Amino acid sequence: MIRLFKVKEKQRELAENTNGKSSFTKQSAGEIRLHKDMRELNLPKSCSISFPNGKDDLMNFQVTIRPDEGYYRGGLFRFSFKVSPIYPHEAPKVKCNSKVYHPNIDLEGNVCLNILREDWKPVLNINTIVYGLYHLFTEPNHEDPLNSEAAAVLRDNPRMFELNVKKAMAGGHVGDNYYSRCM
Amino acid sequence: MTDSTAQVSKSRDLDKLLLRPGHLVGPTFDPGTELRDDIQEYVKILVVGAGGLGCELLKDLALSGFKNLEVIDMDRIEVSNLNRQFLFRLQDVGKPKAEVAAMRVMERVAGVNIVPHFCRIEDKELDFYNDFNIIVLGLDSIEARSYINAVACGFLEYDSDDNPREETVKPMVDGGTEGFKGHARVIVPGRTPCFECTIWLFPPQVKFPLCTLAETPRTAAHCIEYAHLIKWDEVHSGKTFDPDEPEHMHWVYSEAVKRAELFGIPGVTYSLTQGVVKNIIPAIASTNAIISAACALETLKIVSGCSKTLSNYLTYNGVEGLHTKVTEFVKDNDCLICGPGVLIELETSVTLRKFIGLLEEHPKLLLSRASITHRGKNLYMQAPPVLEEMTRSNLDLPLFELMDKIPKDIVHVTGTTSKSDKKTSSLMKLRVIFKGVDGVADMDTAGGS
Ligand SMILES: [Zn+2]
Repeated sequence: MIRLFKVKEKQRELAENTNGKSSFTKQSAGEIRLHKDMRELNLPKSCSISFPNGKDDLMNFQVTIRPDEGYYRGGLFRFSFKVSPIYPHEAPKVKCNSKVYHPNIDLEGNVCLNILREDWKPVLNINTIVYGLYHLFTEPNHEDPLNSEAAAVLRDNPRMFELNVKKAMAGGHVGDNYYSRCM
Repeated sequence: MTDSTAQVSKSRDLDKLLLRPGHLVGPTFDPGTELRDDIQEYVKILVVGAGGLGCELLKDLALSGFKNLEVIDMDRIEVSNLNRQFLFRLQDVGKPKAEVAAMRVMERVAGVNIVPHFCRIEDKELDFYNDFNIIVLGLDSIEARSYINAVACGFLEYDSDDNPREETVKPMVDGGTEGFKGHARVIVPGRTPCFECTIWLFPPQVKFPLCTLAETPRTAAHCIEYAHLIKWDEVHSGKTFDPDEPEHMHWVYSEAVKRAELFGIPGVTYSLTQGVVKNIIPAIASTNAIISAACALETLKIVSGCSKTLSNYLTYNGVEGLHTKVTEFVKDNDCLICGPGVLIELETSVTLRKFIGLLEEHPKLLLSRASITHRGKNLYMQAPPVLEEMTRSNLDLPLFELMDKIPKDIVHVTGTTSKSDKKTSSLMKLRVIFKGVDGVADMDTAGGS
């Protein structure tokens, strides 16, 4: 390609090269693919999505879940999503922004959901994750604990667990931890 | 006399490649001293990364007769780099890698000029990248590769027959190593697969379940990830962990040590901590040297045509014995980054609503209910409802205005296509050209000449 390079260099010496405007505008492949996910989004009616940075930032968004069955019925839980520029090669980072008494969510908002980490596959999408999160509220499990106290109560005394969840959601202490109202 | 023999001997090996005709040369190869001199004078190469691979690449390219090199890297030298990043000395610790690497190679190889850039790749304007004839990558992250790939492919233009315009092709040579394994590949956008066409080649990062980290750690890596992903947030509420901040890394390391002691797990070290957190497998100097040599040779081949280039992906495995293999991967013609996209010519008066209608009728597309995005701006989103509402007001505006009156540009569209009654959602790239706008005709003639 040396001849081409030589021509180019000479052109540049003569005048400012007008060619070579890139169509790339710092929009990553991940962002482009995310469009497809957004268009395909088909959320259960108990879930909603919002874009705090406006319509042009899809890489950072929030999902609100209001479970309509199970222990957490009537509660309101917010999650923030941060999507990587190499999405879907890498799963989005998801955190729970509401402090919740839950065996699979710790007090910092870390969520133990297999498809967010070890079982993520590029064929999955945002919809799958939202359903996965929703599922955590309808069927919390004590086998993958992030909050081991809550997990132990769920395993040994489901009745007590139910009461604790109600107490936390109404705003109050469970053990040493205070939970703000989220109903 | 002694001087002239020294001159000859210095480029002797190169001369064998560049001055003599051969049977295995590329179609445009024109051997002779002019070629050798032109390479020195006209070719400008960017090396991305001044780490283990980057040091080797700079040295190899300089010794291959390239005189105009630049190098970009945002890291500073650490003690743990010194075993393989051979351009650095103990007294360099803390200094920018790009600057020291450039200086050391210039000291050792007469006549080469290397301009260092101590910054993030994202900090540079696109014009910066367009200035180089070839971009050589010595990186260890998928994100950075994906970024440079998108930049280089962004310069690519296609003619009306969907053939790449040669003068817009920005070739890349990509090297990568992980322990005893490595790869070298040639990416000629529009001709060979780009990074995004074959991103599946990169194995997904191993991620441990959070509950394992929190409850049942079994390995040193578990302890490190616990400190990094769980403990950090617990202690530094709201502050983001920065893997490039040595203080942050030291904090994670010391927490990982405590965790490991608690569970009686051996093996947490500072370098393992860096490795796990940044997802880096320990680098081996010889692997870097082998991969870099392959990359430098491919660069010389692209430039001179002295041999056909690698077609197009070489893997090297030195784990047990030695195994190398070249695989010819195929380009994804529908690739959103390097593919031509579907050409659409429009009047400047066409509204966004009309455009969306046209996509439905277009025989190559048959795309219904499309969402449209241009240069990171979402012009219209069919879903979710919250985005539809925010973009609805654009529907009756002319697309030309929504696209900032750029006479020809790329847009991405997502919509539903039906093939034999099966509806699938698809994402496509379009090349939109507005008729009768100044600039379009000019660009076409420039391309044809
Ligand atoms: Zn591609």
